[in-house]
Amino acid sequence: MNLHEYQSKNLFRSYGLPVSRGIAVDTADEAVAAARELGGDRWVCKVQVHAGGRGKAGGVKLLGSLDEVRDFAERWVGQRLVTVQTGAEGAPVSKIFVEEAASIDRELYLGAVVDRASRRVVVMASTEGGVEIEQVAAETPEKILQAAIDPATGAQPFQGRAMAFALGLTGKQVGQFTDVFLDLARLFHELDCSLVEVNPLVVTADGDVHCLDAKVNIDNNALYRQPQLEALRDASQEDEREARADEFGLNYVALDGNIGCMVNGAGLAMGTMDLVKLQGGNPANFLDVGGGATEAAVAEAFKIILSDDAVKAVLINIFGGIVSCKIIAEGIIAAVTQVGVEVPVVVRFEGNNAAAGLEALATSGLAIDTAESLQDAANKAVVAAAGGAAAAGGNP
Amino acid sequence: MSILVDSQTTVICQGFTGSQGTLHSEQAIAYGTKLAGGVTPGKGGTTHLDRPVFDTVAQAVAETGATASVIYVPARFCMDSILEAADAGIDLIVCITEGIPTLDMLAVKDRLDVLGVRLIGPNCPGVITPGACKIGIMPGDIHLPGKVGVVSRSGTLTYEAVKQTTDMGYGQSTCVGIGGDPIPGTHFRDVLGLFEDDPATEAIVMVGEIGGTAEEEAAAFIAENVTKPVVAYIAGVTAPAGKRMGHAGAIIAGGKGTADDKYSALEAAGVKTVRSLAAIGAGLQELTGW
Repeated sequence: MNLHEYQSKNLFRSYGLPVSRGIAVDTADEAVAAARELGGDRWVCKVQVHAGGRGKAGGVKLLGSLDEVRDFAERWVGQRLVTVQTGAEGAPVSKIFVEEAASIDRELYLGAVVDRASRRVVVMASTEGGVEIEQVAAETPEKILQAAIDPATGAQPFQGRAMAFALGLTGKQVGQFTDVFLDLARLFHELDCSLVEVNPLVVTADGDVHCLDAKVNIDNNALYRQPQLEALRDASQEDEREARADEFGLNYVALDGNIGCMVNGAGLAMGTMDLVKLQGGNPANFLDVGGGATEAAVAEAFKIILSDDAVKAVLINIFGGIVSCKIIAEGIIAAVTQVGVEVPVVVRFEGNNAAAGLEALATSGLAIDTAESLQDAANKAVVAAAGGAAAAGGNP
Repeated sequence: MSILVDSQTTVICQGFTGSQGTLHSEQAIAYGTKLAGGVTPGKGGTTHLDRPVFDTVAQAVAETGATASVIYVPARFCMDSILEAADAGIDLIVCITEGIPTLDMLAVKDRLDVLGVRLIGPNCPGVITPGACKIGIMPGDIHLPGKVGVVSRSGTLTYEAVKQTTDMGYGQSTCVGIGGDPIPGTHFRDVLGLFEDDPATEAIVMVGEIGGTAEEEAAAFIAENVTKPVVAYIAGVTAPAGKRMGHAGAIIAGGKGTADDKYSALEAAGVKTVRSLAAIGAGLQELTGW
């Protein structure tokens, strides 16, 4: 789960990490009032969306008057911000974060992730702050300093000191950075994070180490023990269909194609999408109905797929292990009966109760095409999506 | 021969009396697995599926001599269950449960490495040596005793590979689902090493997916250590970056972990790769000349 910057900074503050004073607001009037309350004559206004690349998209501005603050908030509240990470539809802006401006001497990078290869939480720092850190990692990996955190002992001050010296920090900055390092690692562990990023971490004109940005992602699997974080969820930032699927225990990811896919198992769902593509088609989505799919969940899955207007055919591929193909068949029949379906549906059943499932579909009187094999199913779906003619495969 | 489990492996089940534990224990028993009993704290002394229930894993091990345990408890209790099994002297722990917090698994994996205990999973279908021992949720009837070792990060994708090797009459020596989580207990390279040393395994099917670098590590391991023919399929060529595709581990992050990267690494290591999920069996035939 992603958090907004203002939420992340509140968490940072509660862990003793140095952040600027700021106020999150919903309207232009509140934005002006917030700037007045913060004082000074320069403020940074930032739109709050779950995506990077805000600055380049115009969503972050250093402003020098209350009128500019008002204009910025009026420009953005209720609009959508399109960044390189949001896709063309953009992300909705409902909050603006008004922050006191900081004077910057140096920009650094600090982040922490779970590193799969070393099976450790790894804290990373770089002198190349403020830019695309992926680019730094790819082109000049030696410029990224790393410290692996031992799960038994936690982060140690010596690791932070070594990093501080390597970053060229001096005097009081070494102690300040070490505190930031330790607090960040503690926050990561205690809040079940999957990623924490401070880009940039800056040295101010006064020579202090300061967190100018804050990005926190939480491990969804741990939300049950982080109820205070679950409450910070902003559903408006999530794809509507993906959120609805989540409620039914379904995994759905919207894609750009026109063949709706319903599959059991994440790996098989990806494999089915790939096969569709190999046959010259384009998958409209990833959808894993999971191992314990009920009739109701399958019906919901079907409705979610059909709610995408781009879908010109539906491919259902079920390898029944735990899940019975008969239950899937009943869910399909229920959904088609309830919402109707105007596009061709191709079904391939294998494994648990496959014959009974195919029998149920055959006797339902619905126009559902069944396939002999996986290959056959993908072929039929691609042909159907192309309007019954030979598979064209082009973009929708 | 086989790897990890055989007809003599004595297994207990943690979460035995729950709905998942009951369903899959019934199927394991019907398959012929030596399932000696199970553990449900507070229900010790009772019987379930005609087998004894114990309060602790240590009691179950002492009474049954079990060396393997399968875990069906909810995700929030899995760290405790895995460490309890390890503490009780279990050699092979198979955790089926999905959704364990990643930081729990970091600590668990670290501890198991110290103790030298093998964990399969979590978030996996389990392990099966066809005709001998089934530990997990895979449908037994698609398997056939035989000569192909199968290792996979995904459940239903494993079934697909298994079915193709069964349909072609090759059968499987052992099938291992290592699971779709970012921090698995066992990696491809561990299982590949076991298959290389197993006389019953004549060829290996490896099924990977996007995310992480486990397939690249496997490729490096194969180049150095594996002489048997290996066929690999990687799911997720069409998956977009930054989107989690169901499995917690299946995400292309920071431009790393793409299917194309993995295919390239495996091909460079001399592995026969197939781009279509439906072509695993045919790829195996082509490679081995069977």
